[in-house]
Amino acid sequence: MGATVKFDDLTERCGEWLRGSGPEADIVMSSRIRLARNLADFPFIRRCTLADRQAIVKNFQQRIFKDGGLQQAGIDKYLVIDVDKLERVDRQFLVERQLISRELAESEGATCVALNETETFSVMVNEEDHLRLQVMHSGLDLHNAWERINRIDDFLESRLSYAFDDRLGYLTACPTNVGTGMRVSVMLHLPALVLTKQLEKVFRALQKISLAVRGLYGEGSQASGHFYQISNQITLGRSEEELIDQVAEVVPMLIEYERKARQFLVKESQKDLHDRVSRAYALLCGAQTISSEETMDLLSSVRMGINLGLIHDLEIPVVNKLFIHTQPAHLQKIRGAALDRADRNIERAVYLRQHLRQDGEGNKN
Amino acid sequence: MKCQHCEKPATFHITEITGSEEEREVQEVHLCEGCFREYINQPEEPVEPNASLLGALAQQFKIGKTAEKLAKLDAQTCPMCGISFQEFRQIGRLGCPHDYEAFGAELEPLLLNIHGATEHKGKRPKRNASRRQSELLRLRREMQEAIEKEDYERASELRDEIRKIEAET
Ligand SMILES: [Zn+2]
Ligand SMILES: [Zn+2]
Repeated sequence: MGATVKFDDLTERCGEWLRGSGPEADIVMSSRIRLARNLADFPFIRRCTLADRQAIVKNFQQRIFKDGGLQQAGIDKYLVIDVDKLERVDRQFLVERQLISRELAESEGATCVALNETETFSVMVNEEDHLRLQVMHSGLDLHNAWERINRIDDFLESRLSYAFDDRLGYLTACPTNVGTGMRVSVMLHLPALVLTKQLEKVFRALQKISLAVRGLYGEGSQASGHFYQISNQITLGRSEEELIDQVAEVVPMLIEYERKARQFLVKESQKDLHDRVSRAYALLCGAQTISSEETMDLLSSVRMGINLGLIHDLEIPVVNKLFIHTQPAHLQKIRGAALDRADRNIERAVYLRQHLRQDGEGNKN
Repeated sequence: MKCQHCEKPATFHITEITGSEEEREVQEVHLCEGCFREYINQPEEPVEPNASLLGALAQQFKIGKTAEKLAKLDAQTCPMCGISFQEFRQIGRLGCPHDYEAFGAELEPLLLNIHGATEHKGKRPKRNASRRQSELLRLRREMQEAIEKEDYERASELRDEIRKIEAET
């Protein structure tokens, strides 16, 4: 396989999409495009036998992934992982990393994922559809993400027979994905809209133009860390470019709303805001035991504080990384041991203290 | 395209779904940024988007269908993968690509409800899968059934047929 990357190497690093660069990266964390594709000569996953599923994985291993085959699609170094053979914690780790879906992590029997070294690309095999391709870039960068995933899709299409219908487009297991099979999503950090209680209104408006809103890990309206993913709901009847534009067009407006809400907070309650940010930072640096929920919440305030110039000795990429690396499976991988909830909370506090102080003293890496 | 409320170019294209459950109206609204801001700040009348597929399915099938008619719809099966329409309704996932054809009449209004459209616009593969490939799906299933019935003669016939098609594609 084109495996110059090892699974355990992932633990130490972080995905390039967290590097906090790219347009509007103070508010737009990442841009992601997913494509659902199916093979023409197999049933959809739910009706596959185990033998079918194994045949599909084998097909990919032999025809696409082996001998660096993905290089022809512009993917230099990559790793192929049999997800069904992984321990629970390793599967969870990939979910936290946004490289596989919870659905793939929970399914049994012949599943795999291929991902590139910088973690900007992954392809899941045997999720809800035979193939789920994903490209994720830092900041607001949908058009480049599309160009890239389109090229990868072209390559796969030259080697495989996709289930496609002249009238309905790419055929998917769920009719909600048929047509382009495409989900375009942008992850936004919107703490000030949460604090000023304006989020509900904005979300209702987005639903009206058939955009969906989810949290960082797909949860509902009380999203952790005040991260929200905006994505298209419709996949049929509009071209890929139109779907991208639809998401891309509302993002500047959401950014503007968030910036206005931040300015409002600075102007109307500067003291409270500064206090909130400073306390959050101090708590993260000094806690002896801390839950994941509290960590996300405090990191969110700190992240906003850096963007507003209230914190000077910390950088956005460090905070971005902490959001992911303080998740349960990450802590256990970093520690190299299974930890129960209480132990994780202690380990999380240790990890935060180390990384925030180290960075605060200027030893950035 | 121009904004419907003023003369500026329209940058927001909204699909509004209105009307009663029985008669949904899909309407396109084209607005410039300024008018769009006004539009979204309108006081909210309750809308129920059909974000959930199962919700849309339930809605579609409780309307104007007698129990008898529903039972008949439910009993339909796909000749390729063998899934029944009832199974699809219950889990919300189709059994194979051919289902879009097999259940076409029922799926059409559902697609319109979810997407406001029934025709694909956008990327197309440069080469298309041949019809024979969905045949493979059916042959594999029949072979499996033959093996289960211990009809090995039939199973080996089917295996040869499968190999022939696989070699061609
Ligand atoms: Zn206008
Ligand atoms: Zn079928």
